[in-house]
Amino acid sequence: MTGGNGDRDMDSGPAIEVRGLVKNYEQVEAVRGVEFEVATGEVFGFLGPNGAGKTTTINMLCTLITPTAGSASVAGHDVVRERDDVRRNIGLVFQDPTLDGYLTAEQNLRLHAELYGVESSLVKPRMQQVMTMVGLWDRKDSVVGTFSGGMRRRLEIARGLMHSPRVLFLDEPTIGLDPQTRRSIWEYIGELKEREEITIFMTTHYMDEAEWCDRIAIMDHGEIVALDAPDTLKAGVGTDRVAIQTEDDAAAIDAIAERFEIEARMSEGAVTFGVPEGEQFVPRLFAELGIPIKAVHVSRPTLDDVFMSYTGSTIRDAEEDQGKDRNRRMMQMMHGGRR
Amino acid sequence: MSTTTDPRDSSAATATVEAPAAPVVRVTVPKRSLASELRAIKIVWRREIIRYRSDRLRMVTTLVQPLLFLFVLGSGLQQLSAASTHGVNLKTFIYPGILCISVMFTAMFSAASIVWDREFGFLREMMVAPVRRSSIVIGKVIGGATVASFQGVIVIALAGFVGVPYDPLLIIGIFILQLLLAFTITAFGVMIAVRIKQMQSFMGVMQMIVMPMFFISGALFPVANLPGWLAVLNRLDPLTYAVDPMRRLVFNHLTISPEARAALDPGVTWFGWHVPALLEAGMIVVLGLVMLGIAIWEFSTTE
Repeated sequence: MTGGNGDRDMDSGPAIEVRGLVKNYEQVEAVRGVEFEVATGEVFGFLGPNGAGKTTTINMLCTLITPTAGSASVAGHDVVRERDDVRRNIGLVFQDPTLDGYLTAEQNLRLHAELYGVESSLVKPRMQQVMTMVGLWDRKDSVVGTFSGGMRRRLEIARGLMHSPRVLFLDEPTIGLDPQTRRSIWEYIGELKEREEITIFMTTHYMDEAEWCDRIAIMDHGEIVALDAPDTLKAGVGTDRVAIQTEDDAAAIDAIAERFEIEARMSEGAVTFGVPEGEQFVPRLFAELGIPIKAVHVSRPTLDDVFMSYTGSTIRDAEEDQGKDRNRRMMQMMHGGRR
Repeated sequence: MSTTTDPRDSSAATATVEAPAAPVVRVTVPKRSLASELRAIKIVWRREIIRYRSDRLRMVTTLVQPLLFLFVLGSGLQQLSAASTHGVNLKTFIYPGILCISVMFTAMFSAASIVWDREFGFLREMMVAPVRRSSIVIGKVIGGATVASFQGVIVIALAGFVGVPYDPLLIIGIFILQLLLAFTITAFGVMIAVRIKQMQSFMGVMQMIVMPMFFISGALFPVANLPGWLAVLNRLDPLTYAVDPMRRLVFNHLTISPEARAALDPGVTWFGWHVPALLEAGMIVVLGLVMLGIAIWEFSTTE
């Protein structure tokens, strides 16, 4: 079982390279021609509402599903033609748990190591290392079924690292976890980046978490609408966000359009719009709007604004819309709308 | 899993991982090879065994059924059948059938673990590993068959209580036959389980298939002089070809009258031709291999 490891050393080229990637399901275009590159050692985030195509993309990169069109390579290997080489070089942490709850933490990790053919003398030290990192080494003999959600997720991360992958995929690694656990998971990711030569590709729909990434791609309706470092993206927005509550929101939107030539929209129950110098603008707003204002909130651009400026809605609104969409589709299906 | 006592391992661990500044333990994943596939089969197999061992309750519950059939049904019906069994204990007569059915049930339950694994996500962990899908299926089938044979061995141990002698040749013969059956039924179960997403559906399908197979197989009655429709169904039931050679083997080792032998162990016939036991055993194996092939093909094409 020696030899065949040579490819680990040839670290030329990007860790992930994606060209015109498409995935269609029957009538749905889940991913529509996505293109990007992730450099070795980068923490790359995929940001978008549920149903934007993030998980579909990650599944294609992990060789779990076959792309309809386009190509992708991970760790220098094509995801369709060199499936096994991709698999040897990636670690995966899924949204849904994939641990065996009847086995102990150690048994789960050992099984994984053996499945990947990790040399047996290295299994123990490597296991201790990854489990210590996520703070579970003292629980190695506990049956996984007794673990809390956060502990399981940490153990999954440890398991994903067992075979020293070159690229670690994390699909919504912090979803459904309490803020404290979320923070600690980000600390592990930070530590990981320091210690191992690893590229991290992750999806999230928490805006605040995307800030941790070196670069993020914003995905909406199966397409990447923006891709850059979080700060660059925020700077690119160029405007502060002003949210006001008024006696008559509809009239206020009309008035803002008429007086200031600014397009405002309702978002999360407030009339919202962007202006370059938000704080200087507020006095003018009070003086000239002509509609009583009940509350004002001015904020510096956040990733939410970035998302809004590219997609026209906040991430939460987008998710609500998609929920409505889904409901409508289901209703149609139930009423015989399906051909 | 007793590596904690391996001195080499523990010394390596203390040497490499101590302070946070310790060097990172780097491991490499070798390219796929026949050896890695065999290893994968072994891992999947071992996981089945570990899970069976840790589930004491399952061992007990799956034993209840054969005991019920053997001792309750067997003793009860003895009252009715004493005249027609020519003095042979009914429990002795149904013993091979009960052995088969208990192996069959355990094998089907083992196969069901693939549905559990899918429901609880663990299947995904195996599917993204750099191993062939076929290795996972083969490991599952061998694992399930091993677990089912454990069950068979427990029932074999009961032989003496129902008048079946502990003759070494007999025991070995029965053991081999039930091993073949365990393999074929697990392959059959996995073939079905691969396509099923929910445990409830699998249980439903299992009830629908296993019970008729059991009743039709002749586990509880001699297969001669059946009504025409039942005779046809009986010859089509694969379980028939496991029960029959096993019964023949048991009756070879009993000292009973020729009339009793003829009445209770008539043997399976095809249009009057006696099917040899070896051919029957061969059919079980071939059937198992075919179903294993289908299971592999199905598993490789899902998702």
